[in-house]
Amino acid sequence: MIPAAFEYHAPKNLEEAFRLLDRHGDEAKLLAGGHSLLPMMKLRLAAPRFVIDLGRLKGLDYIREEQGHMVIGAMVKHAEIEHSSLLRAKCPLLPEAAAAIGDVQVRNRGTIGGSLAHADPAADYPAAILGLDAVMELQSNSGSRTVSAEDFFVDMLTTQLRPGEILTQIRVPVIGKGSGTAYCKLPQLASGYAVVGVAARVTLANGKLAQVTIGVTGVGPKAYRAENVENALRGKKASDKSVAEAARHAAHGIDALADLHASADYRREMAGVFTRRALALAIARAAGKKA
Amino acid sequence: MATATKFIGKPLKRKEDPRLIQGIAHYVDDLVLAGMLHAGFVRSPHAHAVVKSIDSTKAQSAPGVVGVFTAEDFRGQIGIVPCAAQLPDLKGAPRPVLATGRVRFVGEAVAVVVASDRYALRDAMDLVEVDYEPLTPVVDPEKAISKNAPVLHEPSADNVSFRWELEGGDVKRAFKQADKVIRQRILNQRLVPMAMEPRGVLAEYKRGEKTLTVWSSTQIPHLLKTQLAAMLGTPEHSVRVITPEVGGGFGSKLNVYPEEAIVAHLAMRLGHPVKWMESRRENFVCTIHGRDQIADVEAAVSKDGTLLGTKWRIIADLGAYYQLLTPLVPTLTGLMLAGSYKVPAIKIEIIGALTNKMATDAYRGAGRPEATYYVERLMDLIAAELKMDPAEIRRKNFPLPKEFPYTTPTGVAYDSANYQRSLDIALKKSGYAKLRKEQAALRKQGRYLGIGVSTYVEICAMGPSSAMPAGGWESATVRVEPTGKVTILTGASPHGQGQETSFAQMGAEVLGLTPDDVNVVHGDTGAVPYGIGTFGSRGTAVGGTAAYMSLVKLRDKLAKIVGHLTGEDPKNFVFGGGSISSKSSANKSISLGEAIGAAYTAKTLPQGMEPGLEATTFFEPTNFTFPFGAHVCVVEIDAETGGVRLLKYVAVDDCGNVLNPLLVEGQVHGGIVQSVGQAMFEEAVYDEHGQLITGELMDYAIPRADAMPWMETHRTVTPSPVNPLGVKGVGEAGTIGATPAIINAVVDALAPFGVRHVDMPVKRERIWKLMRRKAAPKRAPRAAAKAKPKKKSKSAARRRTSRRAR
Ligand SMILES: Cc1cc2nc3c(=O)[nH]c(=O)nc-3n(C[C@H](O)[C@H](O)[C@H](O)COP(=O)(O)OP(=O)(O)OC[C@H]3O[C@@H](n4cnc5c(N)ncnc54)[C@H](O)[C@@H]3O)c2cc1C
Repeated sequence: MIPAAFEYHAPKNLEEAFRLLDRHGDEAKLLAGGHSLLPMMKLRLAAPRFVIDLGRLKGLDYIREEQGHMVIGAMVKHAEIEHSSLLRAKCPLLPEAAAAIGDVQVRNRGTIGGSLAHADPAADYPAAILGLDAVMELQSNSGSRTVSAEDFFVDMLTTQLRPGEILTQIRVPVIGKGSGTAYCKLPQLASGYAVVGVAARVTLANGKLAQVTIGVTGVGPKAYRAENVENALRGKKASDKSVAEAARHAAHGIDALADLHASADYRREMAGVFTRRALALAIARAAGKKA
Repeated sequence: MATATKFIGKPLKRKEDPRLIQGIAHYVDDLVLAGMLHAGFVRSPHAHAVVKSIDSTKAQSAPGVVGVFTAEDFRGQIGIVPCAAQLPDLKGAPRPVLATGRVRFVGEAVAVVVASDRYALRDAMDLVEVDYEPLTPVVDPEKAISKNAPVLHEPSADNVSFRWELEGGDVKRAFKQADKVIRQRILNQRLVPMAMEPRGVLAEYKRGEKTLTVWSSTQIPHLLKTQLAAMLGTPEHSVRVITPEVGGGFGSKLNVYPEEAIVAHLAMRLGHPVKWMESRRENFVCTIHGRDQIADVEAAVSKDGTLLGTKWRIIADLGAYYQLLTPLVPTLTGLMLAGSYKVPAIKIEIIGALTNKMATDAYRGAGRPEATYYVERLMDLIAAELKMDPAEIRRKNFPLPKEFPYTTPTGVAYDSANYQRSLDIALKKSGYAKLRKEQAALRKQGRYLGIGVSTYVEICAMGPSSAMPAGGWESATVRVEPTGKVTILTGASPHGQGQETSFAQMGAEVLGLTPDDVNVVHGDTGAVPYGIGTFGSRGTAVGGTAAYMSLVKLRDKLAKIVGHLTGEDPKNFVFGGGSISSKSSANKSISLGEAIGAAYTAKTLPQGMEPGLEATTFFEPTNFTFPFGAHVCVVEIDAETGGVRLLKYVAVDDCGNVLNPLLVEGQVHGGIVQSVGQAMFEEAVYDEHGQLITGELMDYAIPRADAMPWMETHRTVTPSPVNPLGVKGVGEAGTIGATPAIINAVVDALAPFGVRHVDMPVKRERIWKLMRRKAAPKRAPRAAAKAKPKKKSKSAARRRTSRRAR
């Protein structure tokens, strides 16, 4: 379990990181928490010649509120999100999703930026990010741009990130009164990753679902919005029956993954089950019921 | 004993824990010697292939590399991997330490690289170029023993390693008399033992002294020493094996592995200490696996539930080569197929199949968990078929306490037991009757509770030498040091069982000291007398007995000395509080120190008595012991996902007398969790190419703390008559009793869906499929079904029986 030799760099600021990225091109890899990159390097599935560690760089590890949004630096660790009282109050979906990731050791090292940039099809955050309709900020030497969560994930392990770019922060809405969120997950028994993970956000107005967003991870090659379900429910009464009916279509049109741990059929079916569970919980929370 | 118990039977905390918890204990990987080199093995990525050539020129010249060695380099210098199993007509499947010309499983080593540090080593290993010509692998054991399958070991004609047959009682008549015959195929999947510490070896050869010292993470230091001497052609008296801390074994380190011999050989050859540490991935593919059997059973029963006879055909997947006990383990299954029941007639055929996989061997329970699982599943199948309560059918077939020693038709004599009592307690403590009512009520709400019962007997304290390939005795030397401290040197080699504590309790008890006065030394062939090792739940029953007998010898010697000094009858002394006191008169008492002084200064000893205070015992048991118990497990199944949740676990175990109840509970807890592993999580899956696709912990699931409910453990105490301590052994009981209790609970939960058997592990999707095969039931729960048996479900059941389970 020893990686191939590499040169290690620890830039002190973003500018220096950009310079290193530009200089070494695709021979370089950014290192955040290392909990996806290092296992691959140790197995020699990845052998970057240059490793650029973002861990020594100050200024990417904040959680703050800005104009009705929460902004989170890319280097914030899973455990920090899980335990952030600010996020628990303002956007509890993220701490709930963070708490579902791996184990304590993983959560103490892994970062939200690393998880999103890595875009593992079974990772937890992507569902939450989609469910929250988040916006990612990508920076490079030539400036910065924002990308919506929906556009960010391109395919298995592939995102909108271009060479030379760093994901710097994530912007999510504050969850107000009348709104509720929930993350429900069926973990793979060995790794703890999601076989299916569903994040739901709803806003209730007069007993009707004024707004519904649903992010699903684990089922397809990339996390996705369950638009079928959202459309079926938007503006409808939030009844158990309508939710159950709509949730069944959570994997509609998705080319579901199949592996040792779950067949495509099972994943599709569980997408429905966990979409229903997440919606029911989010609705109960929006209605002010403890759950 | 002349003293009241002060320490034996008390829940003392483990003496070994502080150093383990603080991380200041030493495992093989913690040992660093000057000039130490590192070895790494280049392993086959193919399950079956011809090794056409190995080009190591690039690796040889890589920085830091000391040498690259292949089978050619070891020819005539290292013998084959030993197998101690003796079975009639056992076919050869000899394992060379490095593949010679052909590889037969993924992970078989073809070359070894030695380098000055681990980094250089890892880089160099990629530079060894091996040219393979793939052959068709044989993965399925049933196909392996069928005609036209590629043969693993020429000049054999087939892949049948052995056929083991046993018949007791009149089986033909039993089946003729039967009201019902119940058939089922039951699988026992392959498991990875998964010790927390992988294997590791460090060897050092001192040229001047001509001594070879091998530190290995093993359960059998002495047997390893003997085998290494034989494999390397080195005089045994110059070989010393030391086991530092061993981070778990579970049978996987009850073996002699190629790496141990090669590392030792290289240390001698290169004149430098050499170390090899196994990686977790290697541990998956080249440390022995456990279980892996297919059993077809037929049971003849009368309509009142009395067992008349059973017929078994079991195919055991042995893998590609024999390790130490590979072919022997399935025969232990055979011996235990009567379970805790009076079965008048049994016929057994066991076939060992050679396949292109890692060898199977002894894994916690070694053959007995398989037997118990089959028998306990069978009892539930019979109960379901006859619409009887699973507890009732068991009670009906138990031998009575007065019938012990009870000899089964497989020829095994169970020492002592009261099966009725442990079942009664388990039912009572679990609230069985109430649980059944709750189950019926919940089923009406579409919730599926399952209650599983298992009543087991196991064979342990291995065992009389007549039944063991390499001797079944154990040794212990006890020394009372001149300062009054006591050293117990045990030939057993505990590696987590806690004998440093329980033997110290024994020493303190017998000599009237405290456990802190007693130090237990083990796992160093240079320090302790020859011993057999720790496995088969023998450490305390056999090893502990040897220690106890040595302690008693010294106590008697001390009493004689004091008797001589004071004129008191030696029988009248009581040992305690650091003195040896006369029961009759206070002035005939002296301090223990004074008595010890007399033994060592040797000026006032009785005529003819040898000086010193050291005694050795080689204890040979007259029989195995047969712990038993009853387990009840409650599960609930999530009808939407198929997920199984354990709600309750009640275990009533009888391991005879208990030296330390904390240690016993720890063993039971661990055993149950390991059963949960087999029942619900673990499976070594080889694909059709012979690749282990669950070859890492990201894919091979093991239970974690959050999978476990509170485990309620109870005990009955039926002392064993076969050793003076009356102990039976408890290292494997949990693993043996729990697996069927869990699966019986799962099947019980699924009864409304017409399910009568599920194979392990009961992963969610498997259950989910079964529940969908027949949509939510409208059928009445078990209690009601009893009153009104339905004809239809019976034929459905029969159809399912004939269906192949895999
Ligand atoms: C045992 C184990 C269990 C796990 N279980 C789960 C689980 O249940 N759920 C789950 O979601 N995850 C799980 N993970 C993954 C874990 O959450 C990782 O930490 C995460 O996926 C990657 O984050 P990281 O900070 O460790 O990134 P790294 O491993 O350091 O980097 C991952 C990739 O992202 C790139 N990268 C990192 N940061 C940036 C950035 N700011 N901008 C651009 N590119 C960047 C890196 O170059 C690399 O390619 C598990 C991991 C382990 C080891």
